[in-house]
Amino acid sequence: MAKFKKKSKTSQDIPTAALPDIIFMLLFFFMVTTVLRESTIMVKQSIPKATQLRKLEQKKLVSYLYVGKPTDTKKFGAEPKIQANDAFIEIEGIIQFIEEEKGKLAENEKDQITISIKVDDETKMGIVADIQEKMRDVNARKLMYAASRRAD
Amino acid sequence: MARSGRKLPAINSSSMADIAFLLLVFFLVTTTIATDKGLTLTLPPKADPNEPPPDITKNQRNIFKILVNSSDRILVEDEPLTDVTELRSMVKEFILNFGKADQDAQDLYNTLPQSLKALSQQSESSSDFPKEAVVSFKADRGTSYDIYIAILDELQGAFYEIYGERIGLTADEFRGLDRKKPAENEKYKKARDGFPMNISIAEPTKIGGN
Repeated sequence: MAKFKKKSKTSQDIPTAALPDIIFMLLFFFMVTTVLRESTIMVKQSIPKATQLRKLEQKKLVSYLYVGKPTDTKKFGAEPKIQANDAFIEIEGIIQFIEEEKGKLAENEKDQITISIKVDDETKMGIVADIQEKMRDVNARKLMYAASRRAD
Repeated sequence: MARSGRKLPAINSSSMADIAFLLLVFFLVTTTIATDKGLTLTLPPKADPNEPPPDITKNQRNIFKILVNSSDRILVEDEPLTDVTELRSMVKEFILNFGKADQDAQDLYNTLPQSLKALSQQSESSSDFPKEAVVSFKADRGTSYDIYIAILDELQGAFYEIYGERIGLTADEFRGLDRKKPAENEKYKKARDGFPMNISIAEPTKIGGN
């Protein structure tokens, strides 16, 4: 009988010495990209999907409004509400909110303020139209409907 | 006296990977990669209450009407429409119709690439030329936001596709143009020259909804 058994000298182990380094690299990536949220969102947020998305160029010019059903429906009811920063505001409060946000910007940037509205996709248009109306009142005319990418 | 002959104490580092993994998982879970993306829009300035609203002298053929009611039914040019995705090609044909082109519009037409010229039907009943053509979009207060965004997406898509095709880019590449770079800004201007994005979003009606 012939000998079939071959003795291979190469080791079968994968060297794992570099594993911690790889993990650390990933770790740093996520640490850098992470943005810890400043305000907790108290409304339901399932952002609609769209294809024709554009990126906002200057982040400091952007203020956010969240619109949707409150997550705590027992306390706040089931009607869609507007959240700015950390609190719910009424439609009339938008004017004050935008003025405050404008106050944080330099004089020549005040008209450039962009309001990004993150609206839950189950919301009706009425509340969105009201927000737009108020934005026009205070001459904050740049608007973005936040949306996520739809793959098609 | 230096203590010699003693071995340096080595820290066992085999659990380093575990610690790193733990941290990694934490950040993976808490991370929300900032998604500052969406459909951009510039609202019209507030109407002056002292001035009466301007008379609309626009010809009906130059207006592409889209109506959505509170039960999310769509009416496009007085015909019902069920599939939103059809809108894009309809709008493109409407804008590029060149029914009654004046000299300027004829010059504009001549600069278009063949693929866009092919869409021009020069029909009497559709828009005269791109500068005149307006897409009018009216929703109801009871229309769902989902449909609204889907339609707005198609409308903007139609324009971006035209812009892109004019300079040999896709709609995606066109939207990605960085206007801070002079070369790209030049392209952007060239693509939009003569083609304003005439999307008119009317104030919603108040039939359904609050």
